[in-house]
Amino acid sequence: MSQATTTIDDAGSTRGRVFRAKAASFIQRQGALVALVIVCVFAAMRYEDFITERNLLNVLRQNSMLGLVALGMTFVILTGGIDLSVGSLLAVAGVIAANLAGRGMLLAVVAAVAFTTVLGLINGVVIAKARIQPFIVTLAMMIAARGLALAATGEESVRVDRLSETFTWLGQGKLGPIPIPVIVLLIAYALGWVVLNHTRFGRHVYSLGDNEEAARLMGLNVGRVTLGVYALSGALAGLAGVILASRLGAGQPVAGTGWELDAIAAVVVGGTLLTGGQGGVGSTLVGVLLLGVIFNIFNLEGTISSWWQWVLRGIFLLVVVVIQNRLSSRK
Amino acid sequence: MQNATEINRVKGKPGLLAGLAALGPTYGALIALVLLVLLNVIFTPNFAAWTNFWNILLQVAPTMLVAVGMTFVIATGGIDLSVGSVMAIASALAATNLDRGVGVAILLALAVALCVGAFNGALITGFRIQPIIVTLALLIAGRGIAQVISNGGQLIPFSNPTFEYLGKGYAGPMPFQVLVMILVVAAAIFIMRMTSFGRYVVAVGGNEAAARLAGIRIHRTKIMVYALSGLLAGLAGLIETARLGASDAAKVGLYIELDAIAAVVVGGTPLTGGRATVAGTLIGALIMQVIATSFNMLLIPFSWSLVLKAAIILIAVYIQRPKVA
Repeated sequence: MSQATTTIDDAGSTRGRVFRAKAASFIQRQGALVALVIVCVFAAMRYEDFITERNLLNVLRQNSMLGLVALGMTFVILTGGIDLSVGSLLAVAGVIAANLAGRGMLLAVVAAVAFTTVLGLINGVVIAKARIQPFIVTLAMMIAARGLALAATGEESVRVDRLSETFTWLGQGKLGPIPIPVIVLLIAYALGWVVLNHTRFGRHVYSLGDNEEAARLMGLNVGRVTLGVYALSGALAGLAGVILASRLGAGQPVAGTGWELDAIAAVVVGGTLLTGGQGGVGSTLVGVLLLGVIFNIFNLEGTISSWWQWVLRGIFLLVVVVIQNRLSSRK
Repeated sequence: MQNATEINRVKGKPGLLAGLAALGPTYGALIALVLLVLLNVIFTPNFAAWTNFWNILLQVAPTMLVAVGMTFVIATGGIDLSVGSVMAIASALAATNLDRGVGVAILLALAVALCVGAFNGALITGFRIQPIIVTLALLIAGRGIAQVISNGGQLIPFSNPTFEYLGKGYAGPMPFQVLVMILVVAAAIFIMRMTSFGRYVVAVGGNEAAARLAGIRIHRTKIMVYALSGLLAGLAGLIETARLGASDAAKVGLYIELDAIAAVVVGGTPLTGGRATVAGTLIGALIMQVIATSFNMLLIPFSWSLVLKAAIILIAVYIQRPKVA
């Protein structure tokens, strides 16, 4: 009798807890979206140049590369990991692509992305097999890959062959009015959304981040999921590097410095928790756009010096995280 | 959770690496340092010279000061990414206030650095936000604040022999900043081993809930740890500024957080907290510096030293993985 009541109580409180958790994560995700809408409305009212095709496409294009990096970072963070090496991998890919650009776009892209995917895989293997924390493994990869990029180029940037028009098209070209990087970004996020929400791999990513030990005990191949997310992060960082090299017309060994922090900021602002298991691809896109629009507002304002922009960006990041924290811990 | 990990660990065969690990985390790093120094003494011309000895210590001093604070932070299970920006703030404050007297400038800079650190700690404990995010925000904002202080990120040169003594002076044969480093390291070892605060730091990192039940004031301990990290970063910023003879808010302390974290981790303090060795951190920082200096003397490009650094970080941490008795 008393046992039965406890069970019912337990079930009730579990349901309540699940509901609360769902509500909290819903509010979190919507929170960033609400902020994005508010910021956009504010910008549209204050600056007449904001809602123009040119400006909006510009915002998207400027943030497309960071968006790709943040997409990979989302998968990694959802498993409860972190990838500090993305900025360096981006540089490595840019250098490789710039070197091979003369031999055709496809070869350049495939070789560069394949190489950074392998470096990402190495991250995953060391994390999964040697059981060293992701922070340290990817910190080491960040340092080593930067060293490789600098060593391979003699610390100078590599010019893209002027004749390789197809390669420069990747970063500078347009399809109709829409810049190619924006199309790549949207396709990548659409694919990312499908993978995360409608494949077994996606479900495994969530369950790994939710509770690694439980996932392991349920027979989930934790090692393979870990390999998968870090390889994906490496591949997307590589793709971003290729696009950047194509845009700049050069592969710079110092490119992407500090991007890992920007990507983490975008993921967190979007509402994905660093502890893993909660969040998603859509949230990250919102986070990237939110930070991008804020930066755009700084530019449209025109009078905010770059150092004040840094101060405001830091404060903004703090405020968003504090608000999210309040919302998610609300009883 | 513990069980499953144990089962996985027991499977691994004891090898050479495990044998080394039995010596304890710091001894592995110490052996690596001794090997590195011996190899350099044999193969690098002019390595075994007094000037080079002091030079290595002189160059490692600012990183080491930051790494001491980082050791305390990491011992609580946290992390402090903002140290480089705090260095820049201290640098800019000192340079712009030197005309009010050296004492005022130094005290003001250190006080503000301490406050920024305490602010980190207050946000982390007060709002329960992850340390990596809070200190990331301060890393971004702090660099901006430093540039605002220095009138828009200008280089501020100064000529003040008293202040410059911090970075250029000598106490006997010993550079003054090396003396500062030695004093700070000694004080930190004393605090970590002999005071209740040191015990609290490790206890908070080991098991926060247990520490709370044992009556340790978690909030106060954490705030003090981040304040200490800020203070030492400020001191490192002052030394760098004095050595340069100018404040460059855009560059002072850039990416030093990574060097400091690497030194801590190589020295044998795990990122998960609950264990700390300041002496290990000193060894870790020296390993990194010896690599950088010897590559420089052997005229090997800087980029390759990065690859070696990365390998050493990984190997050190791999050897030091917690073992099941």
